[in-house]
Amino acid sequence: MKQHTERYLLPVKTISVLAVILSVIVFMSFSFKNETTISSVKSDTINKDSIESVKAFMDVYKVLMSPRCMNCHPSGDVPLQGDDSHIHNMLPQRGKDGKGIYAMKCMNCHQPTNLEGLNKPPGNPNWHLPPSNMKMVFEGRTPGQLARQIINPKTNGNKTIQQLIAHADDGLVKAGWDMGEGRTAPPLSHEEFKKAWITWIKSGAYAPKQ
Amino acid sequence: MITLNINKKNYNVDVDPETPLLWVLRDTINLVGTKYGCGMAQCGACVVHLNGEAVRSCVTKVSRAVGQKVVTIEGLSEKNDHPLQKAWIELDVPQCGYCQSGQIMSAAVLLRENKNPTEKDIDAAMAGNLCRCGTYLRIRKAIQLAAEIQRKGI
Repeated sequence: MKQHTERYLLPVKTISVLAVILSVIVFMSFSFKNETTISSVKSDTINKDSIESVKAFMDVYKVLMSPRCMNCHPSGDVPLQGDDSHIHNMLPQRGKDGKGIYAMKCMNCHQPTNLEGLNKPPGNPNWHLPPSNMKMVFEGRTPGQLARQIINPKTNGNKTIQQLIAHADDGLVKAGWDMGEGRTAPPLSHEEFKKAWITWIKSGAYAPKQ
Repeated sequence: MITLNINKKNYNVDVDPETPLLWVLRDTINLVGTKYGCGMAQCGACVVHLNGEAVRSCVTKVSRAVGQKVVTIEGLSEKNDHPLQKAWIELDVPQCGYCQSGQIMSAAVLLRENKNPTEKDIDAAMAGNLCRCGTYLRIRKAIQLAAEIQRKGI
């Protein structure tokens, strides 16, 4: 009887062991997938290297989410202000072209150059927000969301890869490192940012998973 | 020497190009209708038109105005009969009056670009002009009246 039972249980044990092994394999495969921090976004660039690309983007992200960049890429239609990114005093509106509305246009206060003294409006000849038909929001975006948004021409202002690379030297982008007294600069220098930006793009413009 | 076109008239002024336009208007040319409030573009008392836009003259260097057209409250209309001026008088808007030239100059840009502004449009356009007397409700009402005067051409 005992032998009979053992013979009967043998396939059950085998099946159980196989099931456990299978579960472990399945679990490990999911684990590996979760540990992978990348997803391909664009593939028409040279020297594809997803690890290097994602690592570079994380440096880019730190800069883009700093107040000097994010304040003019708000989730709403009013820019942000200050190192604490509070909503802009006087509630200037984005407007259709991103340059404000009526008597509240950006350049009415923001001059072509910075002004001396604390709390004076920082200046640039091209001061504006993204236009209302393509808001290019940074505020609240995760690294993955922002990378995918930036590399997609439908959400990046219709920019090609080459235009994106050139954008690192845009006058208003560079102004982020020269915003007048009392405003903290982005966490990387412009040179470091540009290097990370180009590395990210040229190594495949991969987006972090999250 | 700098040449400025203000209220359709040319002025030659001997000033540093970095001087705020407001000081040149008030101290050099003696157009004192435009007021100094905060000196940092936060109150709107100093608004004048530069090529039709409502710039804050306290932070606008006079060099930015060279070769451009500047209009101050004194040049808004020839006979103080701009629809906004008519409405302001009709509704007796000012209390102390200090901010009012800036208010009117800002409102003039709104009415040029939007002939029939809603209350929301008015609030959005005038959000940068402060009034310590709190005449905001009369200002809003006067802008609506001015829009009506402008539409009817009266």
